[in-house]
Amino acid sequence: MRFHLREFVTALLWLTCTSCSEFETNVERGARTQTLYYGLGTEPATIDPHLATGLTEFNVMLALFEGLVNIDAKTGTIVPGVATSWQQSKNGLRYTFHLNPAARWSNGDPVRAEDFCFAYQRILSPQLGAPYAYMLYPIRGAKAFHTGKTNQFHTVGVQAINAQTLEIELEQATPYFLSLLTHNTWWPVHPQTILAHGRSTDRLAPWTQPENFVGNGPFRLQAWRLKHRLSVDKNPYYHGRDSVKLNGIHFLPIEQNAEERAFRADYLHLTSSVPIHRIDWYRKHLPDHMRTEPALGVYYYVFNTAKPPLDDPRVRRALAYAIDREALTQHILKAGQVPAYHFTPPNTGAYSIAAQFQYDPERARRLLAEAGYPQGQGFPEFELTYNTSEAHRTLAVAIQQMWHKELGIQIRLYNQEWKAYLATRQAKDFELLRAAWFGDYNDPYTFLSLAESDNGNNPSNWSDPRYDQWMDLAAKTLDPAERLSYFQRAESYLMEEMPFMPLYFYVTNRLIHPSLEGWYPHILDYHPYQSLSIKQL
Amino acid sequence: MLSISLRRIVQAIPTLCFIATATFLLLRLAPGGPFDQEKALAPEVKAQVEAFYGLDQPLWQQYLHYLGNLLQGELGPSYKYAGWQVERIIGQSFPVSLELGCWAFLVALAIGLPIGIAAALKNGRILDQLLMPTSALGICLPPFVLGPVLLLIFSSACGWLNPLGWHSASDRILPALTMGTFYAAFIARLMRASLLEVLQQNYITSARAKGLNPARVIGLHAVRNALHPVLAYLGPTLAGLITGSFVIESIFFVPGLGQFFVQAAFNRDYTLVMGTVLFYAVLILCFNLLVDLIQIWLNPRSRDA
Repeated sequence: MRFHLREFVTALLWLTCTSCSEFETNVERGARTQTLYYGLGTEPATIDPHLATGLTEFNVMLALFEGLVNIDAKTGTIVPGVATSWQQSKNGLRYTFHLNPAARWSNGDPVRAEDFCFAYQRILSPQLGAPYAYMLYPIRGAKAFHTGKTNQFHTVGVQAINAQTLEIELEQATPYFLSLLTHNTWWPVHPQTILAHGRSTDRLAPWTQPENFVGNGPFRLQAWRLKHRLSVDKNPYYHGRDSVKLNGIHFLPIEQNAEERAFRADYLHLTSSVPIHRIDWYRKHLPDHMRTEPALGVYYYVFNTAKPPLDDPRVRRALAYAIDREALTQHILKAGQVPAYHFTPPNTGAYSIAAQFQYDPERARRLLAEAGYPQGQGFPEFELTYNTSEAHRTLAVAIQQMWHKELGIQIRLYNQEWKAYLATRQAKDFELLRAAWFGDYNDPYTFLSLAESDNGNNPSNWSDPRYDQWMDLAAKTLDPAERLSYFQRAESYLMEEMPFMPLYFYVTNRLIHPSLEGWYPHILDYHPYQSLSIKQL
Repeated sequence: MLSISLRRIVQAIPTLCFIATATFLLLRLAPGGPFDQEKALAPEVKAQVEAFYGLDQPLWQQYLHYLGNLLQGELGPSYKYAGWQVERIIGQSFPVSLELGCWAFLVALAIGLPIGIAAALKNGRILDQLLMPTSALGICLPPFVLGPVLLLIFSSACGWLNPLGWHSASDRILPALTMGTFYAAFIARLMRASLLEVLQQNYITSARAKGLNPARVIGLHAVRNALHPVLAYLGPTLAGLITGSFVIESIFFVPGLGQFFVQAAFNRDYTLVMGTVLFYAVLILCFNLLVDLIQIWLNPRSRDA
C-alpha cells in the first residue's frame, strides 16, 4: 500500500484544526452550566478538616462541610449553619445549639449532635496528632484530654442532649467563641464513613478519597486527581440546596504564573493570587478584574533576644525605627500592603491600636548611641535569615541598605530552603529571622498570644511575666472594653520591648472574573459558596 | 538475548539496593522533617505523629521496615497528602508523564534525525551551516524560556491552542514541542557526527561503487550503522522524558509525576521521594537494557562488547 503524503497532511491538519482551541472557554461554560473554575495556586494536602492546616485546604473544605454556624458573605456576621439557633448561659460558659432537623450528610444520613461529639473526640484524641487541636481548648477539659492527662472523653465539656441538641461547656468565657466555630477544626465528620475505613484516629484512612467521601456541605466530592482537578457538584441533600446557585466547582491547583495566564485566557473565574510583576498591569488595564482585600496577617522579623547586641531593647527599637516602611510598601512591594507600626492588623475583631512608633532615623541613632554604638561604631555584624524567595530577598536587601545608611551598621543575608529554615527557627539558631503570622480567628488574641512565654511559636527567647499577666487577664475578662484595654497595654509593651519587629500587614490580591457575583471581601478570606453565582456577560 | 536480560536483572538488584539506601540516608540527613510547619506543632502532637509514622524508631529499624514493605510491593503512605498511598499517586500521574514523554520523544526523533542526516549529507554546505547553529540554539534555550515563547505565539497571539491543561488532543502539542526540542538538538548533532564517520567507511564506498541506489546506501547501510551512538543516548533520554519535567508540568499544568518528584523533596515527603526515586531507577535500568538489546539486534557483534 502506497503512502499518500498529501492525504496524510490533509488529515493531520484537519485533526489539528478540529481539536485546536476549545470553542467554548471555561468562563463561557461556567456561565452556561453555573460551574465555577477556581485556581487554588497549589494542591490541597488533604480535605480532612481535622488534619488540614492551610487556606488552600480550607477553600476546598468550605464547599464540602458545614459547621454549627456560618459567616454571612456580605455582612461578615455569624449566621446559622447546621445549628438554626443557640443560647448562651448568663456566665458565658455554656452554649446550647439546636440543629436543623433537615441537615443531611451527602449520603442522606441526618446530621446529629452525636456526629459533632464524635468529631471533637477524634480531633482531640492525641493519637490522631491533629495539628490544630488546640483550637478546641476553650472547651472544658479539652486540653487535659488532648495532652493525655486523662483518656476519659466524658470529662470534656461536649454533650449530645439529643440528636438535635448539642451542649458545649467552656473552660472560661470566650467572647470570640462563635467565630471559632467557623474554623474547620470545629466541623463535623461522618462517623460511619470514617470507621468503615479504619480507626477514627487512623491518619492513613482513605475516607477522603472520592469513592468514600461523605460531607455535609453545599457540595459533594465528585472527583479528585492530584495536580489536575478536584471537582465537586451540588449536594442534593444539603438543607439549603435551593439557595445554592452554583451547580459545581472545579478546583484547579495551577501554580501562580500559569494561573494568571489561565485567567487571561478565560480558563478560570477566580485565582488565589496575582504575580507581583503583573499587579501594576492589572491596576492600569483591568482594574475591575483585580481585588485587593485586607488579610489577617503580619510580616515581621524576629529578634533572638538571647544574642547580643539584640538582647538590648534599645537596639531592637533603633533597628525598627530606622526602616522606612512607606518606601518598602510603595516602591518595593507595590501590592497594596499596609505599613505596620504595631503587631496586630487593624480592625482585628473590632480591636485597633494606634501606631506605636514611626519612621524616625534620628531617634533610632540616639537609641543606638545610648546602647553604646554611636553612629554604629563597634556594632557587630549579624545575620538575617529568611526562607528562599525573591520577594523576601528584595525586602531584606532594602532593609540592609536602610540600616547601613541610617545607622552605619552591616548585616549579612542568609536564605535557606523552607524546611531548613523551619529547622533553624525551631532550634532558635538565628540572630534575626523573617517570619509571618496569619490569624486563625478574628480576634487579637490569635496574634498577641504569640509572644506569651509558653507559646511554642515564639522563637525569640523573649519572655515577660507582665505581658503574660495582661494576656491572662484579657482571656478571663468578660467585659469587652476592659478586655481590649488589656490587649492594648500588652501590645504597647510588646512594641516597647520589640522582640518582634512588624514590617507590614498582608493584603490578598486575586483576579476575579466580572461574571462572578456574590464575592465579598472578608478578612479571614471566608467566602461561602452558597452566595456565589455566575452571570452571562 | 535471554541470558543477557537475566544477567542484567540480577545485576540490577544490588544497584537498586544501593539507590534505596543512599536515598534513605540522604533524606534523613537533610535538615527539617516532613511535619515541620510554620505554625509549629506542639511537641506532644509532633511526637504522636512521628510515632504513627514510625519516625521515632532508630534509623536502622525505619530502614528495615521500609525494605520489608518494599519487598511486599508497598511504597507506603505519602506524608504530605494524607490518605494517599504513594502507589496511587504514581499510578495516577505516571501515565500522563509517559504519554507526554512519548510525544516529546517522537518530536525529538522527528526533528533531530532528519536534521542530523541532512546536515551530514550536505556537510560543509549552506544547509549544514544553517542547521547546526539552529540545533545549538535548541540546546541553549531552556524549556522555561522556550515554553512561554511558544505559548506567546500559539496561544496568546494566534489563539490556536489552549494556554494550559491536559484535556484535548491539542493540549499535548506545546508541552511535547517544548520538551522534545531540547533533545532533538542533541540527537541532530549526534546523528550528524556519527553519520559523517560512517560515510567515510570502506563498505559505504564499496556499496556506491557497486552502483547501489544512493537512497538504499544511505538508509539501509549508513544510517543504520550510524544509529549506535544515537541509540545509546536515546535510552536515558526516553527514561528522562517519561519521568516528567517539573518545569514543563508547571508551565502547562500537566498532571504528571515530575512535579511530585521535585516537591516531595522540598516537603520532606520521605516515602514519596523514595517511591519516585526507585520507580525512576527501575525505569532507567529497563530502558538501558532495552537499548542494549536493540543494539545487539542491529549489530550482533556488539553482543560480546
